[in-house]
Amino acid sequence: MKLVAAMSGGVDSAVAAARVAEAGHEVIGVHLALSSNPQKYRSGARGCCTIEDSHDARRAADVIGIPFYIWDMAEEFHEGVVENFMAEYANGRTPNPCLRCNEKIKFAAVLERAKALGFDGVVTGHYAQMRETEPGRTMHRAVDPAKDQSYVLAVLNTEQLSGAYFPLGDTVKDEVRIEAKKRGLYVANKPDSHDICFVPSGDNAGWLRERLGSEVGEIVDESGKKLGEHKGAYTYTIGQRKGLGITVPAAGGEPRYVLKIEPKTNTVVVGSKEALAISHIDGEKPIWCGPVPVAATDYRGFAQIRAHGSPLACTYRHDGEHISVDLDEPLFGLATGQGLVIYDGDRVVGSATVSSTL
Amino acid sequence: MDNAATVPLSDVAADALTTAMRKIGNASSVHNFGRAVRKGVEDAREELAHLVGCGPTEVIFTGSGTEANNLAIKGFYWTRRAENPQRTIIVASAFEHHAVLDPIEWLVEHEGAEQVLIPVTDAGVIDIEFLRTFVAANRERIALIAVMHSNNELGTIQPIADVVAIAGDIPVHSDAVQSFGKVPFDFANLGLTSATISAHKIGGPLGVAALILQRGLDVTPVLHGGGQERDIRSGTINAPAIIAFVAAARDSIGHLNERASAINELREYLISRITREIPAALINAASGAHLPGIVNVTFPGTESDAVLLLLDSHDIAASAGSACSAGVPRPSHVLMAMGRSEADADASIRFSLGTINTKADIDILMTVLPDVVAKASKKVSA
Repeated sequence: MKLVAAMSGGVDSAVAAARVAEAGHEVIGVHLALSSNPQKYRSGARGCCTIEDSHDARRAADVIGIPFYIWDMAEEFHEGVVENFMAEYANGRTPNPCLRCNEKIKFAAVLERAKALGFDGVVTGHYAQMRETEPGRTMHRAVDPAKDQSYVLAVLNTEQLSGAYFPLGDTVKDEVRIEAKKRGLYVANKPDSHDICFVPSGDNAGWLRERLGSEVGEIVDESGKKLGEHKGAYTYTIGQRKGLGITVPAAGGEPRYVLKIEPKTNTVVVGSKEALAISHIDGEKPIWCGPVPVAATDYRGFAQIRAHGSPLACTYRHDGEHISVDLDEPLFGLATGQGLVIYDGDRVVGSATVSSTL
Repeated sequence: MDNAATVPLSDVAADALTTAMRKIGNASSVHNFGRAVRKGVEDAREELAHLVGCGPTEVIFTGSGTEANNLAIKGFYWTRRAENPQRTIIVASAFEHHAVLDPIEWLVEHEGAEQVLIPVTDAGVIDIEFLRTFVAANRERIALIAVMHSNNELGTIQPIADVVAIAGDIPVHSDAVQSFGKVPFDFANLGLTSATISAHKIGGPLGVAALILQRGLDVTPVLHGGGQERDIRSGTINAPAIIAFVAAARDSIGHLNERASAINELREYLISRITREIPAALINAASGAHLPGIVNVTFPGTESDAVLLLLDSHDIAASAGSACSAGVPRPSHVLMAMGRSEADADASIRFSLGTINTKADIDILMTVLPDVVAKASKKVSA
């Protein structure tokens, strides 16, 4: 096969590219330039978007012995990921930009370009497994539970899935580092990337404040009584407990949590943990990562609502437009905008964006 | 077909380099060993001066063309401004190489310079009337004028003699990196104040170039140290590279006409095949005085990085615009200066032919180019 290996400059994508090249595929390495003003050096544990990272990716490609190019995806990234991130926060929702990046950039813009140029698919260093089954290709959790990235890949539809290759899904991270060292890849010990790549400082709230303003609003309890003030409702997320800055203690002395964000009135509603509890989730814009479940039929499975959250036993059904989930046990703190991913055992069934909770 | 980027080390230069590298001695030492190395350097300097059309003291060896351009731009700016604080304007053509534009931008950001860019016509030459009018109105405030001898992406030769005539006593620097050794270049005849030439574009080694600087003129040094090269460029003299540079220059200029006409023939053949087989293609700045090997072509609706990637997969080398420090491709500022849209600038490729190329290479290119251009259409935009 002819494959494009997306190389961030990190150890995972380098080993992934090396594996497919060694397997005899015709591979080119591509580093995605996602920022029009790249920083010179990595700061902290972020991956991509720096001159140092593009150098690391190029060096890895040279060591592996594959051609290397840089594709400018800054405009697509800004429109598809960064603007969506800001708009979602401005609407009081909590988006996951990694999901959007996989959906709109890595397995959309990059895959489309790769196919137009005569390649069969895109290889990344994501940790997830693929299986070829009778109804088609399916995606499953990685063998390394600590690194499993099937959650952020659950936005891939079957067509995208057919052009995606994840050679690391069957390996644990420690072994990937050992393999990188054996292959002479000096990124073997490069720290893992965390946080959001386009928020250099890691200070999400500060980054949003700079772009969305810091209009002072009220923090109120469920009865509407003012408890304090904030500088921008969008810097809060449902279930957040720390950093509320409320000086008035609750009657029983129990901690308060963010229950609701009302962007129109710039109000943050707080209350007890019990008030956070939900047992029903509705998700919009479902994407099926393999065979589509029969509509209006109840299925047993697991719902996951964070990249490294626990799978929650549930019953789910869909009507083509929405997935609705009834959880076996109540869940505390789920924001609209978050990614809802449905699993059948370790198989990813599909995903949707949380639109309401009950 | 990327000979404007660099060319292979010529046999004469390789021989000169390996011989000179085995000699002991620092050219600045007083002893016999140092003197022997120095003699080789000075012989080379005299010969290069003869080939360039300048005096031996007018040759300042540097480590790269970029360094020579920095030295000229910053050096003249500082010296001329020190003589008269009013002189803060640097006039340059809008399609200079980044090795000229970026030091000017640095002076604008850090040293109070003002940059004035000479527009470029659709034929790929500077708007000489703009320069005439601007200089007439601002003569007292101009620190220097920089116009390249030929443009590296288009190959068009610039009217340097006219620029010098307009400039009068204002220093004129010319980046002649692409011209020297490929088309006639005579420093004294042109009346230039300074010029940059480089070894690796003509079969010499990497890491050596020269600033040709009119005798009697001072530029403020950028590098300070041992006072080599008339105290203008400190740093141990790179004797082997200098000797090999001059061997390559001797070889290039000795065969200039025959090579130029052979390469020109290839250029015309390439242009005729592209125009015939890819009717949508536009050859940029094709007419007028020209470097022998450069063909700049726009394939409307394509993205140059996709064209280059696909050509690379057939082991065919060409280039486009320039990339930022992280390697991100940028639309050519040269074509944008000519008034082309960003999309057209982004859809343009430079083929630069050299002595290593043959008609058969062009035949091979043309077996894949139409298909490559078709594949690299807009729907694959990055």
